[in-house]
Amino acid sequence: MYAAATESLIKQAREIKEEELQRFCGRIFKLLHTKDVSGDTVDSLQRLNLIVSATKYARELPSDLVMKLQTLLRSSSCPEQLQVLTSSIIRESFPSSVHSLCSDLSHDSRTFSHVASVVLAQVSHMLFTISLYSVHKHLSNHLITFTRILCSLNPDQVNLVSRKLVDWLRYASMQQGASMSSGGFFSGPRTRQPAPLTEVDGVVTGDFFTVLCLGQSYTEDQWMNMYTFSMIKSWLLTYDTDGTTNTESDDRSEVDSSVMSMVSATSSSSRLLPPKERLREKAFEYCQRLIEQSDRKALKKTDTELQKACIVESVSIMDIICGEDPSYVYRAFPCIKALYGRLNGDLAYARALLPIAQFYLNHSEIAAVDSEAVFCQLFSHCPAEQFNEPMLAFEFVQFCLLNASVLQDRVANYRQSFPNILKFLAGNSSGLIAEFVELLPSLIASDTAIELLHTILDLPCLAAALDLQQRSACYQASDRSAWDQQGAKVAACLDAFRQPSYRGLFLYILRPEAGTGDTIDRLKMLHEILADMAESPRVVQCAQVVPVLLHVYFNTVTQVRVTNERSGHLIAHTSTKKLMYTHICHISQGLNCVISSSVFIVTHLQALCKLHPPLIVDQSREILEFASSPANIYSKEDFYTHVVWVIGEYLSVSYDPRCTVELITSFFESLEAVLFEITQVRQSASPPSFSPRLITVLMTTLAKLATRSQDLIPRVSLCLSKMRTFARSAPVMTCYSEEDTEEIITRAHELINLLKLPNVAQFVLAPSAGGDGPRWHRDTNASLPQGMRAVSGLLHRHSSSLPT
Amino acid sequence: MVSCFLIHTVCPVSALSAAESRILYARVFGPETGDADFTPEQRRLMQKEKLHVVARQARSAVALSREASGGLCVEAVLGEEAAALGEADSGMFSLGNAELFPHRSVVLWLGVQSLAFSLVCRPHENLLLAEGVLRNIARHCLEELRLLGPGAEMLLKSDRVDALLHRLLPHGQLLFLNHRFAFALDKEIASYVSK
Repeated sequence: MYAAATESLIKQAREIKEEELQRFCGRIFKLLHTKDVSGDTVDSLQRLNLIVSATKYARELPSDLVMKLQTLLRSSSCPEQLQVLTSSIIRESFPSSVHSLCSDLSHDSRTFSHVASVVLAQVSHMLFTISLYSVHKHLSNHLITFTRILCSLNPDQVNLVSRKLVDWLRYASMQQGASMSSGGFFSGPRTRQPAPLTEVDGVVTGDFFTVLCLGQSYTEDQWMNMYTFSMIKSWLLTYDTDGTTNTESDDRSEVDSSVMSMVSATSSSSRLLPPKERLREKAFEYCQRLIEQSDRKALKKTDTELQKACIVESVSIMDIICGEDPSYVYRAFPCIKALYGRLNGDLAYARALLPIAQFYLNHSEIAAVDSEAVFCQLFSHCPAEQFNEPMLAFEFVQFCLLNASVLQDRVANYRQSFPNILKFLAGNSSGLIAEFVELLPSLIASDTAIELLHTILDLPCLAAALDLQQRSACYQASDRSAWDQQGAKVAACLDAFRQPSYRGLFLYILRPEAGTGDTIDRLKMLHEILADMAESPRVVQCAQVVPVLLHVYFNTVTQVRVTNERSGHLIAHTSTKKLMYTHICHISQGLNCVISSSVFIVTHLQALCKLHPPLIVDQSREILEFASSPANIYSKEDFYTHVVWVIGEYLSVSYDPRCTVELITSFFESLEAVLFEITQVRQSASPPSFSPRLITVLMTTLAKLATRSQDLIPRVSLCLSKMRTFARSAPVMTCYSEEDTEEIITRAHELINLLKLPNVAQFVLAPSAGGDGPRWHRDTNASLPQGMRAVSGLLHRHSSSLPT
Repeated sequence: MVSCFLIHTVCPVSALSAAESRILYARVFGPETGDADFTPEQRRLMQKEKLHVVARQARSAVALSREASGGLCVEAVLGEEAAALGEADSGMFSLGNAELFPHRSVVLWLGVQSLAFSLVCRPHENLLLAEGVLRNIARHCLEELRLLGPGAEMLLKSDRVDALLHRLLPHGQLLFLNHRFAFALDKEIASYVSK
């Protein structure tokens, strides 16, 4: 499709020299002055068009050529192709004065449209002063063009336009237009009678004309009807949403008696409404008629698709009208309810359910209508059956985003349905992740937060399970050949999917609602079953978005002030537990690597502990187990470092009264043992594979723990004094830089000295919670500055007694 | 209302880096809402840059979607436009609050082999209708410009796309066309192309 020839053409267009361009323009200028339009002219203009649009920077064309092009553009006798080309060239080239173009409004709609497209491209503020008469005269020809140009109409103009729109919308002709090729040689006068219009299913039309009426050819006002309906929604949004109704009595419009009006259910008093209100009324009727027409079974596929689009548009327009004038709500609801009843359960119309749900959300309270069934259908059934429709998924998620706060408050099963909603993400991770990053906080509820965390972590499993479900539905069990064609791995997983013994597992992962428990024990088995699907592209993409979601989850959980202290604590508790067990079995390699990535876990671990310091004591067994094993250093060094830091920081009586001396001692002993083990100086020792930072953090933590249980101080001092030997040993010298070894030695020194003055050490190493406040440091009467002065004084006096 | 329509590459282009997309046709609709502080030339440059950002994002969306579905791309040739369109993948994504276009604009894309057709829609647009319009425009482009063949007709005959958009998407307005309206417009387009 895209060939090297295209690329070289673009290159040529960009690299054309200025003089060559000027010469080319000169040639075109001469060509344009000849009477007839030759193929050469068109060809040259096409090339010029390419030249001006191929670059980011505008090309300046000679002004005489530009004037000539503008003249051509304005003349009605110019062939369309030239108009299109000149319009495009002027749009793209360096803008000269376009005001000359605006000076007179041409009568010819095609010309005007092309002129307008140039003007619109280059002028940001339209300062048209259009007289009332002018608007009326030109409106019929230039509807779409006009509504783009006139970005701010005064009320008189709005009324004028509204009246015309009502005419076109509601009172268009009811007979087919004169056909160009009516009959043939043998046709008599009778056959040239205009045939009646039909509905999309072939039945003759009985009511006013709409976009769903078919005819061999259309009259002018029927075209206007179609254009009007196409733009009526943006018109209403722009000019009808200021909340004020026009109550001027002299603006009551009269309908032209020449326009045919059909029998319909409107009250006769509608003729006396001001133009804006009348337009609303007519638009409402039009929408009702379209909804009714959409029930017919269309003969052509294009028309079926159009019916769906019309339903969506009509419900949206009715929503806007009801928003402006609540009295319409009572008329709208029966229609919408009937529509919902018709579409409910029909998968082909799932996208039309969303505007209906929006309508219910906006207006069901006013009308005191029960909307529970609608939302139940929306959240409980829709995602499960149609998660793999990308357009529906996108619109569904946008709907949730737009209405998140209302849904949280008023629709009970919104937050409960997160397993279903996440199916959209599992089915289309790359496309929807940006939306889900914004949506996820609204799905977090205190009672289901833990389950949500588990669900997020299992998202790749969900993607695999959904894939299997789909394939299983497509292929019959007996059709082994089709099954086997998908590859041995997938076939094996499919077999597992079909087995009754694993049914429960799959039912759990594919559940539509939360509330059946945080997770199930046998999930590990599911991971093993699905391991073969780990390389499937959809699963891999899904695994890539999980860390992003986890970030969002933890940010929300740690920042939002949970009103229920206990539930907040529970969330923090379980989240940390999950993080600790980094042997979480996941079927995607990618996920494993990222989960142990430092930045991710570390950020959240610290935040969680800061929020709930008692966590350390709660989780003391697991943390102790984790911290005691040096193997963890080698596989998850960064995480280990932070765990040690957290222990030093938060394991104290001031944070949790349950922190006993025995607990501190047991932590101390484990960490001491680890430090000994990794800093053993042996002949055959290999260079350390961990960073020097781990050593310093371990040393500092041990010192901190010692200040809290002062019997441990001698042991720490002994341990620290061995650090110098370690740092100066041959393997370490080769591995660490000079500054790092110096740092280790210096830190060991500082800690030993500090621990000689236990009370001071306590202030420095383990300040109470107020230690973060500035007063602690600035107030000369507070303890820390005093302590520091005492230390410096003592150290100066005792400097001679420092060990070498 | 539609803010802009783009035709751009989704295959690797030798002169560009891997993630970049070459825009073959771009049409921006509607009054500019940019600042009055910039000169017209600066505004034009900004607009071109914005279009490139959209094209890049659409390209990556197409690539990710094709990767996920794992489908094999069967190369269709001239004359098989309907088949190519049937095989095409489509999707949409939001531009979020980026200051590219009116906020929360949605990009609708349709990937046909090595090219993609993208439509940037304002928020609250009827996306179901937009999808239909995009497919219709793509079908016309494939047929009138012979995109399934080799050759660089796309670039020189871009006035055909202009004429097409003038009828099917006048000033960015999506139209509710039943098959008879569509047929009438198709005839007009065919007569333009044959000149």
